[in-house]
Amino acid sequence: MATLASPAANVAAPPPRTQSATWDVRSQRIVFGTLTAIAIVFLIAPTIIVLLTSFTATESLRFPPQGYSLRWYKALLDADQMQAAAWNSLVVAVWTTLACVVLGTAGALGIARSASRFARIADVMFMSPLILPALAFGFAALVYIHLLGFHPSIPLLIVGHVIVCVPFVLRTTIAALAQVDPALFDASASLGAGRALTFRRVTLPLIGRGVGAGAFLAFMASFDNVPVSLFLADERTEVLPIHLWQQIDTNLDVRTAAISGVIIIVTILLMVLAERFAGLSRQLAR
Amino acid sequence: MASATRDEWPLALPLAALFIVCFVAPFCVLLALSLHADAQARAFSVAQYAKFFGDTFNLSILWSTLWLAIKATLVCLLFGYPIAWVCSRAPARWQSVLVFVVVLPILTSVVVRTFAWIVILGREGVLNHALRALHVIDQPVPLLFTETGVIAVLAQVQMPLMVLPLFATLSRIDRNLGDASAALGAGAWRTFFRITLPLSTPGLVAGCILVFSACATAFVTQTLIGGARLVYMPLHIYQQAIGANNWPFAAAISVVFTIAVMIVIYALNRVGRTGKAYGDAR
Repeated sequence: MATLASPAANVAAPPPRTQSATWDVRSQRIVFGTLTAIAIVFLIAPTIIVLLTSFTATESLRFPPQGYSLRWYKALLDADQMQAAAWNSLVVAVWTTLACVVLGTAGALGIARSASRFARIADVMFMSPLILPALAFGFAALVYIHLLGFHPSIPLLIVGHVIVCVPFVLRTTIAALAQVDPALFDASASLGAGRALTFRRVTLPLIGRGVGAGAFLAFMASFDNVPVSLFLADERTEVLPIHLWQQIDTNLDVRTAAISGVIIIVTILLMVLAERFAGLSRQLAR
Repeated sequence: MASATRDEWPLALPLAALFIVCFVAPFCVLLALSLHADAQARAFSVAQYAKFFGDTFNLSILWSTLWLAIKATLVCLLFGYPIAWVCSRAPARWQSVLVFVVVLPILTSVVVRTFAWIVILGREGVLNHALRALHVIDQPVPLLFTETGVIAVLAQVQMPLMVLPLFATLSRIDRNLGDASAALGAGAWRTFFRITLPLSTPGLVAGCILVFSACATAFVTQTLIGGARLVYMPLHIYQQAIGANNWPFAAAISVVFTIAVMIVIYALNRVGRTGKAYGDAR
């Protein structure tokens, strides 16, 4: 017995705390910690700088600003073109999100637990907008609708956005479904519940947070989309990112910082809501 | 009786139909258009591709775009891996905070993020001011409209795409493996390179693929930070399609670009599989 016990005790024993071992652990912590600290500053600093700059009292984008005021936020109230573009973006993003949630949830339920060939091919196809050049798709869509004799319009823009935004809903919903014990569905069925009732009372409550996180991501992706809107939106249907892109490229002014400030604040608020109601950070890290 | 959870694949049919009509079909039309000498001609022709590959200007744009995306991906990896590693070892409360911090940039509009960098990198920008105040430089150094600037901004903008899949993989690794490695006498670095890194290959490859493709096609960042002098493939497509109104050529560029991106992604996948096999073999 004693001979059997001793190797086990060796394995379970803590690693020898020699000088070199502690130095090894410490150096790793220092290297990874330092890189993480630099990266976090690198990730956050631009957002903070643009937010502070937007409150400048002067006409320059210099940081730190000489004096603070809300004058550029007030100037936004008169920026008709920008407001129209923001409204278009909001309309497109809301419809895109609704379509993504309906089609994406159904699609996720369809392919998540199916072993069929169709499901695997569909999975690859549904995810490909995430990795193929979105700009090539935007141009392809323009050529396509021209061939069919259509002109750029809001509904077509929404369809284009659905293609590039639906992978987000699919991904989070499939991840949520993977955590659900399939026996629950069988139990519901064997207790006499029909498919619709099972979906409403069992499936939806279990995957709701995944769908919610996906919907949030799809909304943000649509509101922020440039590559597709670049080709499918014209002057009439101009959306906010395109408007801002053109403004920054031609005549940069501080109003751009103010609208950026609005976008940042709204984004943070939406993120806090998404974190509370959909557990965003846990949904994303799956 | 078949289980109620199985064979529900018809639920994916509406989305599949949408994708075939609005995603696959446009790409087929694009491919067909690229095989025409001009928009009216009905005859098949490889003139557009001959034009593309016959001009070193086009090839240099393709190469610099892929190379730009690779460099930005490497920067993301250098900083993204440590964040994911620290995240996976942090207590649950801090994990949420860290993920929140990492996700914030990707959810803030890409135009806004790029705009922020113009404020930082400009001649009178934050960085030039700081460097002059510290007497590192006398004259403002050009940072905007340089490739280095574009790489830095791309890395910041796309970093979350690297961190999230890595974090997911790292937090799934059985912590006992690391303890076992330590108990068997391996140091922290040896454990990292021989155990943690190989086991995190799936997340690493997923992150690299997402960041690479996002950087290659990052139109806003490339045009606003790179300016008019640095032309990458997305701007090239846009200029030919909208500026020059040369749709068949723009279609050919789009096809070449899409295939080039797919080749790199395929290569990354292969590296991932080899890396994983290497890790499994140990």
